[in-house]
Parts: sequence; C-alpha cells; structure tokens
Amino acid sequence: MSSRVSWSRLSALVFGFAFLYIPILSLVVYSFNRSKLVTVWGGFSTQWYGKLFENTQILDAAWLSLRIAAINATGATLIGTFAGLALARFGRFRGRTLLSGMTTAPLVMPDVITGLSLLLLFVAMEQAFGWPAGRGVTTITIAHITLTLSYVAVIVQSRMATLDGSLEEAAMDLGARPVKVFLQVTLPMIAPALVSGWLLAFTISLDDMVIASFVSGPGSSTLPMVIYSKVRLGVSPDINALATIMVGLVTLGVITAGLFMFRKERLRIRDMQLAVSAS
Amino acid sequence: MSEPSSAQLTTSRRLRSGARGRMAVVAVPYLWLLLFFLIPFLIVLKISFSTTQLSMPPYQPLVQWTGEQLNQLRLNINPGNFLYLWQDGLYAQAFLNSIKVAAIATFITLLIGYPMAYAIARSSIKWRGVLMMMVILPFWTSFLLRVYAWIGILKNNGLLNNLLLWLGVIDEPLVILQTNFAVYLGIVYSYLPFMIMPLYATLEKMDLTLLEAANDLGCRPLRTFLTITVPLSMPGIVAGCMLVFIPAVGEFVIPSLLGPPDSLMIGKVLWTEFFNNRDWPVASAVAIALLLLLVIPIVLFQRAQARAAESE
Repeated sequence: MSSRVSWSRLSALVFGFAFLYIPILSLVVYSFNRSKLVTVWGGFSTQWYGKLFENTQILDAAWLSLRIAAINATGATLIGTFAGLALARFGRFRGRTLLSGMTTAPLVMPDVITGLSLLLLFVAMEQAFGWPAGRGVTTITIAHITLTLSYVAVIVQSRMATLDGSLEEAAMDLGARPVKVFLQVTLPMIAPALVSGWLLAFTISLDDMVIASFVSGPGSSTLPMVIYSKVRLGVSPDINALATIMVGLVTLGVITAGLFMFRKERLRIRDMQLAVSAS
Repeated sequence: MSEPSSAQLTTSRRLRSGARGRMAVVAVPYLWLLLFFLIPFLIVLKISFSTTQLSMPPYQPLVQWTGEQLNQLRLNINPGNFLYLWQDGLYAQAFLNSIKVAAIATFITLLIGYPMAYAIARSSIKWRGVLMMMVILPFWTSFLLRVYAWIGILKNNGLLNNLLLWLGVIDEPLVILQTNFAVYLGIVYSYLPFMIMPLYATLEKMDLTLLEAANDLGCRPLRTFLTITVPLSMPGIVAGCMLVFIPAVGEFVIPSLLGPPDSLMIGKVLWTEFFNNRDWPVASAVAIALLLLLVIPIVLFQRAQARAAESE
C-alpha cells in the first residue's frame, strides 16, 4: 500500500465525519449562547435550558412522545420478531413473498404516503365500526408500530441468518418442544438484535413528524410536531438546548451499548480460546 | 442463491411439526401488515376516485343508496382528480422536479458515501466497528433537529456566511437558505448513513485476493477499482441508492424547512392539498401517482434486499 492511497482514504474519512458532525456540534455550542440571535456569540449562558424546562407545551409533548415511543417499540419488537423469525427460519411457506414485500416496503415508503393512507384507513374504520373513536395516542401508536416493525424484522432476520441452526436442532433432538427451543435457545442468541431493534423502533417513533401529523387528533401533539411548528418560524435557542440534551442522551446510550457489546465479544472470544486450548 | 445448509433444512423440517405454532407466528405480522399497510393503499385508491364535498370526511362515498330500492344505487366514480393532475401543469412539474432533486442528491450522496465506506472497509478490524458506529450515531439523533441545524448554518447571518465573510472570500452574505442547493445539502446530509451502511456491507465482504491478483498481473489501481471493486459492490450501490432516492422523492421536512417557499416537491404538494386545501381526493390521487412512480425503484430495492438476505 502506498502512502498516497491511505492519504486519500484518510481525507475521505476526515471530510465525511466533519460533514456529519459539524452541524450537530453547532447545535450544541449555540445552546450555551447568551444571545438570542443564534449565530452571534454573546457569552456563555445556560438560560435556554431554564427556558426549556419552563415550557410546558414542549414538556407535555415530550412526555407524550416518550410514552408512545415505549409502547410502540415493545409492540414493534414483538410483531417484528415474529416476522423476522418466519422469514429466516420457515423456508418457503405460502405467502412468503407477500410477507417479505410488506416488511421491506415500509423501510423506503415516503412518510407522506404512509401517513395519508393510515389516516384514510382510520377514518373508514371509524365510519364502519366506530373504532378507533377519533384520533390520538392509539392511532399514532398503531401507525408507528406499522412503520417500525419492518426495521425490527430486518435486524432479526439478518441476525438469524448469521446463526446456524445446529443448536436449535440439537435442542430438538434432545426432545425440547418448539416453544421451549425458541425461548431457551433462539431467544438468548438473538437478544442483542432484539435490543437494537427495540431501541431503533423507539428512536424512529420519537423522531417522526410527518406520519404523526396525519394520524394525530386535537390535543395529541407529539414532540416532533411541536418542534416543527417552532422551527418553521426560524431558529430558537431553546430548541438548541433540547437538541443538546437529546444528542447527549443518545451518545451516552450508544457508547454504553458499544462498550457492553465490545466486552461481551471479548469474553466470547476468550471463552472460545479457552475451550480450544482445553480440548 | 445459496442452498440452505442441511442443518437449516433439518431444523425447518422439525419446526414443521409445530405447524400450529408456526401458523400463529406467521399470522400475527401477516394480519397486522395486511390491515395497516396493504388495505390502506386500497382505500387511498378508492378515495382518489371520489368527489370532494364539504363534510367530515370531506369526500363523497363511491357507492350511494339514493332510495329504498337497490336499483337506485348510484356510483360516484370520478376520474376527475387524475385528469386534474394531468392537465394542471403544476403537478407534472412537481413530479419531475422531485425526481430531479432526488436523483441529483442521490448521486452526490454516492460520491461522498462511497469513499467513506471504502476507507472504513479497508481500515483495520479494530477501527471498523468504531468508525461504523460514528456513521450510525447521527442517524440515532433526531432527523428533524439535524435538518434544523442547517438553518443556523446556512441563513444570511449564519455560521457559513460569517465564516466566508471573515475569510474575505465574499463581501456580502450569500443567499443559500431557501434555495434548491440547501435542499440537496439537506438530503445528502440526512441520508448519508443510509448510503454508507449497505456499501460498507458489500465492500467489507469483498475477496481481497482478487485485487492482489489484478495487481500481480500489472493492472493499474484505478483500473482495478473500476473493473473489480465497483462491479463487485454493485448490490450495495443499488441498495444504498434506492434507500436514498425513494424516500427523497417524497421528502417533506427538508424542502419545507430548507427549500424555497414555492419549491415544487411532490411531498410538499401532497401535504398542502391535504392540510391546507383539505382536498382529500386530490391528495389521494397525488399519493397514487407517486406510488406508481416509485413501484419500479421499490421492486429493485426489494430484490437487492432479498438477495442480501439469502447470500448471508
């Protein structure tokens, strides 16, 4: 490898990561700005954090969004795991193509189409059965589960594909019933995929503005809807403070998860080496 | 397509014994997606053929009983919404503009994403995990807030203009916010991780001995790259481009926050028809037209996904 080549690679990385991170850094830096004009530095201040925690509209919306995100992530993980399991392990069953299509299409479907179509469904259902009565938390949650179960299914499916079935096979040879095999053998092996699927579903739900706007009703404005209506009018420093808190939490979460997985992986490799040297 | 291993075959044969349990596992996601993903499209299709009226919901039913007897059934099928889309040049222009913007933005994303994915895939194993985590990290922080960050950077008295003025490159602030350029920038920035992830997955799996062989046979690096690396990473290129292009065509948040107020992006048009004009039938017709436009890219994407799932 010539040094010229690695120089070009290094510059691709430096440029790329600068592009990805400078906007986020600018949000964080200007959240501590005394001046209301977001881009003029007026000295260090934490006043916007105080303003943020006085804003009951934002706090209420945040609480609503967190609740929806948690219920959504749990539901999506449950249904998405079933879908991923079926696609990865059940061979070629009837209707597999349709299921596979229905789980990958939501990944790329533009939000405006998903939002509009779900709203029209809810309206038609209300006319026909009287349920769901009006729109709010329930309809937003159903819409988010539909969107995010695909992500869980893809993660679970690709995790299952990397595992060979021999452990499950051994368990069944030893007489375990399918449910027991799933709970005691498969589930522990795909647990990391379930955790990342749950977190991803949680994050996507917490972030969605477009679909929620279509299927929400009066009095159920989620956090992204409130943020959008504020930033449409221009920059406001308390939104920077909110962004900084969110970036901080996510960074903390990702680093913790990364360290945890790194340690587990190292332990696994050490165990394997021990097992090999013992035999 | 790879043959399933014998272990997998035996497992699936065993699992077949628990047929009822299997049925339940398939049925839950199946019914959910039929009800909340497929049927809604049929309803959109139905309403795209109905007539607007002042009521809640604001459209006429397609089938109406006008009297007691069955023969007084009236069909209110109205193809007018599609005719309207076709005849009013605004919609055609919005569709063409959305495709243009999405295609150019996807191409720029590929130009920035490919070198990054390549550099990460060829770095030492110790670094790859950390670097990929750094690519994915922005994707975990709010999309809306990351788009918002660009308002502060691009506006007339924003960071970028201040920097350029301070450097003496320009004498007066450039108008960047509320231009198409800002929309391209927003799309490239928001969707870059989606491009890098599938590219990295294919580049990382690539057999490096092929490159050595080409090198030994006297092939120059650029030619090796173009004739071996690029074709081998084609599945990743297709998946990455589709992951960016398809949502970008219908993007709403980026053009509405960063683009010109009168920007013609189809996602924005649909939003306006629905929320401002409250014309549900025309909004549905726009959705159906957009869906028809995206069918081919979506099928391409699904094929790439299915191939990736099977090759693992």
